Amino acid sequence: MKLLTAIIKPFKLDDVRNALSELGIQGMTLTEVKGFGRQKGHTELYRGAEYVVDFLPKLKIEIAVNDDQLTSVVDAVTEAARTGKIGDGKLFISELGEAIRIRTGECGGDAL
Amino acid sequence: MQGTQLESATDKPASRVFARWPVHLLWFGGFAFAPSLALAQDALDSGDTAWMLTATALVLFMTIPGLALFYAGMVRSKNVLSVLMQCFAITALMSILWTFWGYSLAFEDGGGANAFVGGLSKMFLAGVTVDSLSGTIPESVFMTFQMTFAVITPALIVGAFAERMKFSTMLVFMGIWLTVVYAPVCHWVWGGGWLGDWGILDFAGGTVVHINAGVAGLVAAIMLGKRKGYPTTAMPPNNLGYTVMGASMLWVGWFGFNAGSELAADGVAGMAMAVTQIATAAAALGWMFSEWLSHGKPSVLGIASGAVAGLVAITPASGAVGPMGAVAIGAASGVGCFFAATTIKRAFGYDDSLDVFGIHAVGGIIGALLTGVFAATALGGAGFGDGNESMAAQVIAQGVGVVSTLVYSGIASFIILKILDAVMGLRVDEDQETEGLDIALHDERGYIL
Repeated sequence: MKLLTAIIKPFKLDDVRNALSELGIQGMTLTEVKGFGRQKGHTELYRGAEYVVDFLPKLKIEIAVNDDQLTSVVDAVTEAARTGKIGDGKLFISELGEAIRIRTGECGGDAL
Repeated sequence: MQGTQLESATDKPASRVFARWPVHLLWFGGFAFAPSLALAQDALDSGDTAWMLTATALVLFMTIPGLALFYAGMVRSKNVLSVLMQCFAITALMSILWTFWGYSLAFEDGGGANAFVGGLSKMFLAGVTVDSLSGTIPESVFMTFQMTFAVITPALIVGAFAERMKFSTMLVFMGIWLTVVYAPVCHWVWGGGWLGDWGILDFAGGTVVHINAGVAGLVAAIMLGKRKGYPTTAMPPNNLGYTVMGASMLWVGWFGFNAGSELAADGVAGMAMAVTQIATAAAALGWMFSEWLSHGKPSVLGIASGAVAGLVAITPASGAVGPMGAVAIGAASGVGCFFAATTIKRAFGYDDSLDVFGIHAVGGIIGALLTGVFAATALGGAGFGDGNESMAAQVIAQGVGVVSTLVYSGIASFIILKILDAVMGLRVDEDQETEGLDIALHDERGYIL
């Protein structure tokens, strides 16, 4: 199993969600986050006082998938979240040791 | 022209008249020699009274919620309630103090000291009854109208020391300031004091309200010191939507302030309303375009600030200038206050948090001096003040009003704050400032989302 962590532009959420649903992905976790990468921040100006805002709002989506689904999920997320402009975000993929469904106690791929 | 005569319907002494406008002078001057006409003048006019009841409510609306929201939007979210609380508490405290002695000190005859301050014979509103009149309106209405001015002037100062002053000290400061600064300066200009004798034109309070509060704010900002982290830490406004709503309420309420200062429903009040709208619009555009040219983009905070600057600047002029004078005064204040709030403040490094000096003192000074220019009949104005034959004389009289208010309010505010600093301390401690005044001083949060 793999844990896919995607950092995306907030307005791309619906596209990503729809793309994943079409693949039969049954769940995901969403967090509102702030951060910066190569996009950097922007400046704000209030009565001549200029502030640099470094951390821009993004969404973090976490999706647990079986190994055989990984490629199609990665393709779907990159395709759906891409605008082609700087700041589209990142995908991080890590090994997932175990997954357990709390209600039934099912483990592994059955819990996803 | 707020300095109207105060008389009781049951007690009609010889008229004492402080009107300094040529048309009024003619009228009132005539009455002084014709008692029978003077009796006619003393009758209550229901039209005037209806308008002044309305205007009084409009001016209160300027402070709460107008000014309170204007300021609350500009502070950080941890201090939003503290600013609303200060404006609200000032409204309540000044109303009581005005009732107790403020009105008497500002508008009663001060006897030997009358040039400087009024008397105490109307303390606790003695003699202000259902039947007593002030000109053509009930004295109760005149007193309450003036009370709303005594409320907003101290409340304006709040912006200068926002986010760092102790609430307790703030209350004491405002109480003393109303008594020893606002009431006397109000008396100088409108209550029969020495500035009135100069023929100064201050229709609705450019000196009395705006320069007075603006310089007190500057002194307070400097004496309290900068907010922790200023100017290196980002202190962005928490909710500019509040600020725009507040500025809009100020704009609407200001019709009561300026057109109400005629104390009658007449042509002068009508023109005061028109020039208030025109100057405010010109100033909003002036600030917007200044910012657009210098920084590349027009801002919402900028256009709202510009509108307030224009309202301030047209205040002394509103009974004296015509529409084109209003355009000029508005544009000058929009550009001038933009420069003051952005460039001058940065250059000197003081932390006048919400630009009380940059908008109210600077706008007030621009308005007061230009009133002396655009009051000229040749420029569409209504003419100069009593005793001033030329534009130069009028501008000098305006300058005397400006400088004397700057000096007196500046020094008196300094002394009051110096004493309070020694007695009870001006500033919250560092931890409280970091935590935010809402939690530290009021045990509340503005946003629980």
